[in-house]
Amino acid sequence: MYNPTAENIIVVKDLVKKFGSFTANDHLSFEVKKSEIFGFLGANGAGKTTAIKILCGLSFPTSGKLSVGGFDIYKEREKIKKNIGYMSQKFSLYEDLTVFENIRFYAGIYGLRRKVIEERAAGLMQKLDMKEARDKLIRDIPLGWKQKLAFSVAIIHNPKIVFLDEPTGGVDPVTRRQFWDMIFEASRDGITVFVTTHYMDEAEYCDRVSIMVDGKIAALDTPENLKNNYVAASMNEVFLKLARVKIN
Amino acid sequence: MSAITVEHISKHFANARALDDISFSVGRGELFGFIGPDGAGKTTLFRILATLLLPDKGMAIMNGVDVVKEYRKIRQDIGYMPGRFSLYTDLTVEENLNFYATVFGTTVAENYDLIKDIYVQIEPFKKRKAGKLSGGMKQKLALSCALIHKPSVLILDEPTTGVDAVSRLEFWEMLKRLKNNGITIVVATPYMDEASLCDHVALIQGGTLMTISTPSDVVKTYPWNLFSVKADDIFSLLNDLRKFPDVHTVFAFGQSAHVSFKEMNVEPGSVKRYLQDKGHSGVKISVAKANIEDCFMELMNV
Repeated sequence: MYNPTAENIIVVKDLVKKFGSFTANDHLSFEVKKSEIFGFLGANGAGKTTAIKILCGLSFPTSGKLSVGGFDIYKEREKIKKNIGYMSQKFSLYEDLTVFENIRFYAGIYGLRRKVIEERAAGLMQKLDMKEARDKLIRDIPLGWKQKLAFSVAIIHNPKIVFLDEPTGGVDPVTRRQFWDMIFEASRDGITVFVTTHYMDEAEYCDRVSIMVDGKIAALDTPENLKNNYVAASMNEVFLKLARVKIN
Repeated sequence: MSAITVEHISKHFANARALDDISFSVGRGELFGFIGPDGAGKTTLFRILATLLLPDKGMAIMNGVDVVKEYRKIRQDIGYMPGRFSLYTDLTVEENLNFYATVFGTTVAENYDLIKDIYVQIEPFKKRKAGKLSGGMKQKLALSCALIHKPSVLILDEPTTGVDAVSRLEFWEMLKRLKNNGITIVVATPYMDEASLCDHVALIQGGTLMTISTPSDVVKTYPWNLFSVKADDIFSLLNDLRKFPDVHTVFAFGQSAHVSFKEMNVEPGSVKRYLQDKGHSGVKISVAKANIEDCFMELMNV
């Protein structure tokens, strides 16, 4: 839910990231509100991954002022890491561990106690209707289950923010929608969701969407306003209008 | 004669059934799409067509030639773009292209016309190592390499996965031009919206073909009463619609929800009143035309 008066959970001011002479992020400025589902879109190579790595405390910006979850990106990176969750399509769970072992591993890393881990694992199995899969290896469960489990594990420590980097790539359309139900629910529970996707219908599920072109934010607004401003019937059209000119 | 005929192909891996009794045929010069999620069996099928994998049962004929018995002939005749980027990342753009041309006993110059439209877009980067290209550029190079020996059939395994919407659109425009050159193209994709760009589509899930048809005929077969509903709060809207009596399915589609009823006599007005009684604001409801994704989900039978 986007509430303009809510607290700013992410503040980015004049973020610049250079690799040699190449500017990957060129003076990005934006805020994300608590509980918001924030879509972070852009063409391949527009600079999304670079910015996400910085926001997750994995890479330093060249310059700019940033705070994530109320913590300073330069001085409090370890606190940031404890207060965020991360999931991507490419890396999420360990294939050669069981469902329960993955839950225990991630929850353990975030310092949850054994008893709490047992409770949350049981709750998760119940909620995902995966009780019989508890002791199965991740490699042996369907992709749709993996994705839903990976998301649940990414928020098992109840983080302030969860970063989702193309979380739904390749999954069937029904699972994709069930996945978004989980995102809506997390947002209801107060978790801020920062998500990238190449599915433009998913951009419409976001409260607000930013579109990056060539290292800059070309547009940032609600899907409704973006469609009105760019006289477009869908977010796909908005995206094409903004990004097409820039790509060869 | 059709370009590709597949009859009763099955393939198992250990205990997993990858393909189960698949049959279809692709006309010469046709653009034929396999639409389905990861794990549907698309890659297994394409690897069989590309002579890289043997089926357990059934047969596949390409241009009148059996893919198992005469695999060497087939390999001269097809261009195959695997799902994973498989060019040499430590060779430059130019070197990759020359390499593939040489392997097939031809030169870049000889078939340049065919790849020109695509290659000019990456030519400014011809001295760059393939591993250093962006996703969209890698895909253009891979397509150029798959085309350089002038194949009569192109087999493209998820060429647009992980690629942004702009590059996807441009890629399909390239495919259209290749089709106009008479090349038969089979392409796999998890993106349902790409179905409408194909001459025929096969919807595939769990190793079985759910339907094969033209995109416009697929959507005509959608059997139920379908509405598109909007409200200010989409999450509550979905949840409340699921509780509506006799509802068949409720799925989010962007900022709307598609709701279906098996009963043909459900009135939009009654749904609207129900939602307003639940406290929804901004409720709009209209009769919807099913798209490929509606049909796919219906066929998945969940």
